[in-house]
Amino acid sequence: MKIVTALLGAAVAFAATTAAFAQDFKPAVIFDLGGKFDRSFNQASFEGAERFKEEFGVDYREFEIQSDAQREQALRRFAQQGNNPIVVAGFAQASAMEAVAAEFPDTDFTIIDAVIDLPNVRSVVFKEHEGSYLVGMLAAMASESGTVGFVGGMDIGLIRKFACGYVQGVKAVNPDATVIQNMTGTTGAAWNDPVKGGELARNQIDQGADVVYHAAGGTGRGVLQAAADNGALGIGVDSNQNYLHPGEVLTSMLKRVDVAVYDAFKDAQDGNFSAGVQVLGLAENGVGYAVDENNEDLLTDEMKTAVEDAKAKIISGEIEVHDYTTDDSCPVS
Amino acid sequence: MDLAELFQLFDSTLRNATPLLLACLAGLFSERSGIFDIGLEGKMLAAAFAAAAVAAWAAAPYVADPFPGQLSGLGLGWTAAILGVLAGIFASILMALLHGFASITLRGNQLISGVAINFLAAGATVLIGESLFSMGGQTPQLSGNARFSGLDLPLAETLGGIPILGPLYRDVISGQVILVYVALLAVPLTAWVLFNTRFGLRLRAVGENPGAVDTAGVSVVRMRYSAVLIAGILCGIAGAYLSMGTSAAGFVKDMTAGRGFIALAALIFAKWRPYPALGACLLFGLLEAIGSKYQNVDIGLFVIPVQFMQALPYILTVVILAGFIGKAIPPKAGGVPYVKER
Repeated sequence: MKIVTALLGAAVAFAATTAAFAQDFKPAVIFDLGGKFDRSFNQASFEGAERFKEEFGVDYREFEIQSDAQREQALRRFAQQGNNPIVVAGFAQASAMEAVAAEFPDTDFTIIDAVIDLPNVRSVVFKEHEGSYLVGMLAAMASESGTVGFVGGMDIGLIRKFACGYVQGVKAVNPDATVIQNMTGTTGAAWNDPVKGGELARNQIDQGADVVYHAAGGTGRGVLQAAADNGALGIGVDSNQNYLHPGEVLTSMLKRVDVAVYDAFKDAQDGNFSAGVQVLGLAENGVGYAVDENNEDLLTDEMKTAVEDAKAKIISGEIEVHDYTTDDSCPVS
Repeated sequence: MDLAELFQLFDSTLRNATPLLLACLAGLFSERSGIFDIGLEGKMLAAAFAAAAVAAWAAAPYVADPFPGQLSGLGLGWTAAILGVLAGIFASILMALLHGFASITLRGNQLISGVAINFLAAGATVLIGESLFSMGGQTPQLSGNARFSGLDLPLAETLGGIPILGPLYRDVISGQVILVYVALLAVPLTAWVLFNTRFGLRLRAVGENPGAVDTAGVSVVRMRYSAVLIAGILCGIAGAYLSMGTSAAGFVKDMTAGRGFIALAALIFAKWRPYPALGACLLFGLLEAIGSKYQNVDIGLFVIPVQFMQALPYILTVVILAGFIGKAIPPKAGGVPYVKER
């Protein structure tokens, strides 16, 4: 096994040296399961990388993970090829990153949605609970029935963080509101099951929900469609998904993964890449809610004012949104 | 739980059971003829992709609708939906023929051929999808006219006033996508073909004792190919339902999510008989509906976790197969390639 790795390494290193003459700065990005066109999380990181490429004319290497087994392999290969910096999107990549980053101390790594304590790794995490709080407020204000829904993808702490922030936002506007929460599944397949997602959303709508928020990657496609089909409003996540069903998506909880990817590339290019944990919240414009021509008729001035007010208060610390992952529990449900 | 809630559960059950039922009947035809078919999943996946891709293409404005609006009465927004289903069936038949060629003509191992079909479909759909649409293997979102919408059965509102049966008819039976009715009608049709026609008799015989059928002058190869083709058609409809009849409204990679295997379990559970297959699929559909609707059930003493509710169909499969249904005896010649001279 060792010999094989060494041989492979040698072959790859040879390929890398020939390539290195062409270009010294070689950024790379690895997308998670779901693929770079999932119109959600991974697409956001793809857009960040594309923006960098457009602005500076620097090409980047990319890889889309197809199965869990590829994570470490892909990451190690990229590092061996001399790509630097390497940006990896997704919490599920953490263990692979931990192993590989230690082997390549001279390479700058960035991981999004997970924290790894190594001197050459920048960990970018988002305050999803803050953004979810704001869309929760919007949901509660747009709801006529007083019942709103949430559909999560895989049942993990990160997704519960979305749910918990959302519920807090809903309750802040309407303490009597009911929030129906569902998770699609407990495995990676839960990110790619739009049929089940649609079924869950439809169940919630049958139970009276008229606004449904999803944090479920590709599964969310079914959630938004079911909401649009049954006269309810959907709320998108990660990327701006308002355009998927114009007039039927209330807003989208933006998570600026694109900014994180762009910044990692840019900092490395400028030579001031910094390791450590970066937390992007409302104050840093790392999360937010989307307003564009597709949903401007759905958001009244009153709603916008209330949300902007809450946003200012969250930034100033006057409102504190509880983060589920700090103690694995949510004060409201 | 009030009545309305119960009906919502049944409504959801029907939607969940439809792809299972179609795939289960597909497996029934194939296995009754002696060809094991674990490629149901792959055939459904290929069909789901082909249906969504063709429907998306046909619904684009550059293809004029030959029958504008005339089919809307059937719950078909547009002719594109029909083209989509046909494409799904076609793709599924191609896969089925591949399976047939490997396992009937070449007398290969049927399980391996089935596994190969599953892998082929999983990879090929994403690859072709990426090259056609450049959306990471997804197809574009199908809008209203390329999808199936609910079909309101006659008198649904009028009869809705009758206690219990009225709302049952209005809320559960009426308003489903046309493919749901196709699936339900396929059950008596299958039973009739299997037990009341000459074709059915030969089909069953070829799965039990192909030598006898051959002696009687009936071509075993031809019988088995027809069974595999029928399986392809049914899987094609199942796949088209997934991508065009549900909220997915398009294809997403691996969207069958194991439904082909659940259908296979239902087939064994039903001991390869059509009406029990309906019951088994409805049961699995109901369990899935319950798992979706009641997550984190609080039963007083403790909260049943969502993981348990979602695992229910699988737990039940094991429990049922392990003892409750008695002995499930597959067709005797199942899995054995037929060699003419022995």
